[in-house]
Amino acid sequence: MIRVLLPPQLRALARTGDETMLDVAAPVTQRAVLDALESRYPLLCGTIRDRTTLRRRPFVRFFACERDLSHDAPDTPLPDAVATGAEPLLIVAAMAGG
Amino acid sequence: MARVRVLVGTRKGAFVLTADAQRTQWTVDGPHFGGWEMYHVNASPADPNRMYASQSSGWFGQLIQRSDDGGATWAPAGNAFSYAGVPGTHQWYDGTPHPWEFARVWHLEPSLTDPDTVYAGVEDAALFRSTDAGATWTELAGLREHGSGPAWQPGAGGMCLHTIVLDPSDAARMYVAISAAGAFRTDDGGASWRPINRGLTSAGIPDPHAEVGHCVHHLAMHHDRPGVLFMQKHWDVMRSDDAGESWREVSGNLPTDFGFPIAIHAHEPETIYVVPITSDAEHYPPGGALRVFRSRCGGDEWEALTAGLPQQNCYVNVLRDAMAVDRLDPCGIYVGTTGGQVYASSDEGDSWFPIVRDLPAVLSVEVQTLP
Repeated sequence: MIRVLLPPQLRALARTGDETMLDVAAPVTQRAVLDALESRYPLLCGTIRDRTTLRRRPFVRFFACERDLSHDAPDTPLPDAVATGAEPLLIVAAMAGG
Repeated sequence: MARVRVLVGTRKGAFVLTADAQRTQWTVDGPHFGGWEMYHVNASPADPNRMYASQSSGWFGQLIQRSDDGGATWAPAGNAFSYAGVPGTHQWYDGTPHPWEFARVWHLEPSLTDPDTVYAGVEDAALFRSTDAGATWTELAGLREHGSGPAWQPGAGGMCLHTIVLDPSDAARMYVAISAAGAFRTDDGGASWRPINRGLTSAGIPDPHAEVGHCVHHLAMHHDRPGVLFMQKHWDVMRSDDAGESWREVSGNLPTDFGFPIAIHAHEPETIYVVPITSDAEHYPPGGALRVFRSRCGGDEWEALTAGLPQQNCYVNVLRDAMAVDRLDPCGIYVGTTGGQVYASSDEGDSWFPIVRDLPAVLSVEVQTLP
């Protein structure tokens, strides 16, 4: 299972707990995780990535394993630690944009 | 006993202020959606328990919330605002073509008769309609595509469709206003549109009398007299007696005719209210004194309403959607400021009092008069 940490605003919106567990088939990529997340919580569509272009919104960041993965291509495999569930994928509200 | 419910959208959440018909004891409920920009909260005239709210943030974009129980609970509705077809370009600030890009919903206008139908005015300027209570949205593309769209350009706040006025006497007729393009009217339910800006003069555009390009800030119409429109333009307060076919200036003796909101007394179609602001550069009241101005004769002659409003060291603004009236007798007027105050008058503007003083910057104020 993939572990995803949403920012508090989106946790409140989706009414989830601190951590969201998602079943994602390999290869585990940003796109695959976001597809699974939006499938589980359709109301998050458009909040993390643009509905039409599917580009990451400018003030949203993806962190994992103490790395900034925000600028990785959406089909780049996420770190093994994320794919195995050892580490969560953090979806973060950037320190700007509020 | 009748009561009023004031729906307040702010930079960091929504608030609901309620009182009975005396309007002296107020209950403040909120923040709803704390931390989010609530551009507009509005309720259906056909079902006062049906409410819609525009919720957005720089981080997470646009959401629409809907309540079916008078604001007690809310649930997200649809937020897919896709322009019809290939939307093309409008003018950017520097005069270059810029692709149409959705940014946010500025204004939500529920149908006068159907609680499930609601219109959304968005940035970049376009009009959307939902007929399923906000679940899905369809652009009324005849507005953006009527011909002048490529010449539209943004005002300082973005190129937004911020005002939607529905004609209670003709379901096929409605008006919108866009900054900085002007006012537009449809007579066929939104299929086709045309500019209605004859008589407007704007010094800030190459042809001051151009068909489009005017920064209309707000429109108001009295439900009993739908052919008469009032307009607060960037500069100038205007009036039309022919459904927007022509306009004449009624700024009269106002200390400045720059401003954002304009409202009409609920029971007197010739009594109108504006909040003069110093200038386009100085978005605060002249002399640091917040004054609402009232005309009892449809413009030209105005009186300052000051009792209870701060008359020194006041440098707030009142945004275009932040003034509203109730339908009680005497009519109540409500004004929200960028300083977080919501001032109310329960005597047609003769005297004012703050309902709240310390909210986040107020973006919008709507009022429901409930039985």
